[in-house]
Amino acid sequence: MFDLTGMTALVTGASGGIGSAIAKALAAQGARLAISGSNVDKLEAFRAELGGDHVALPCNLSDAAAVDALVPQAAEALGGKIDILVNNAGVTRDNLAMRMKDEEWDQVIRVNLEAAFRLIRAAAKPMMKARFGRVISITSVVGATGNPGQANYAASKAGLVGMSKALAQELASRNITVNCVAPGFIASAMTDVLPEAQKEGLLGKIPAGKLGEGGDVAAAVVYLASREAGYVTGQTLHVNGGMAMI
Amino acid sequence: MSETAERVKKIVVEHLGVEADKVNEDASFIDDLGADSLDIVELVMAFEEEFGVEIPDDAAEKIATVKDAISYIDANKG
Repeated sequence: MFDLTGMTALVTGASGGIGSAIAKALAAQGARLAISGSNVDKLEAFRAELGGDHVALPCNLSDAAAVDALVPQAAEALGGKIDILVNNAGVTRDNLAMRMKDEEWDQVIRVNLEAAFRLIRAAAKPMMKARFGRVISITSVVGATGNPGQANYAASKAGLVGMSKALAQELASRNITVNCVAPGFIASAMTDVLPEAQKEGLLGKIPAGKLGEGGDVAAAVVYLASREAGYVTGQTLHVNGGMAMI
Repeated sequence: MSETAERVKKIVVEHLGVEADKVNEDASFIDDLGADSLDIVELVMAFEEEFGVEIPDDAAEKIATVKDAISYIDANKG
């Protein structure tokens, strides 16, 4: 089950903690990947680590023209088709709303939400032709629950959920599914920077009693990317150790 | 029938899965041939590919019948 042999995937933010776990899991199931990221050295190093004939496509997702070029580049590198698109890249610019600067708001919405829309819009074309597609956007538990200091981030993640539901309805008749995976607190560079006391407090709210791993998120992505998940669309799969049951 | 008309009809038959004799020039994609809005987007993409023309959104919106498509392509193909 969940064999992805012969399928191709574009994964953004692939050199990060969760992104690299997703890329590894998709590759392990047999998919051929175009991995994207903004840090060229990190991305190349990760591509080398992955081995195989995967391709690295550096891209700055806050640059609309570069985003629009990414899907055609990936399709060309992958033999003309993209079966799976994983919108994983995300940034945070945390601040209390009253102190939040315009650019902090704009940057987060642009990278987390607008870039995802641009990529889906471009990828939907070849997917419609192929009568097959899997779009998976990585959101966050805070898109459903909110979190002080993250008005921009929570808005971008909730935005992905609503957008995915609309697109799921538009594309369902073409065998293209559009879903989200919402991680809770996953051990990554984003959570490493939290103060120890805050981490302790967080763990108290997670019934599983531990932070998640990138692999926990990756397994959910593999499922939604698989042929077996063809009847699942417009959904958000929460991977959070029970910290929010939605 | 012009060569353009032949090729347009062939695409319509293939994409919408309708009988060839239903695809006359006055047929409306939506009202007569059962297309939905996504089918129209796909047809326009297929026309662009087949004839090497660019059909911008405002022009695509005006293509309602088989004849509309043939006329646009004849007027704009290279």
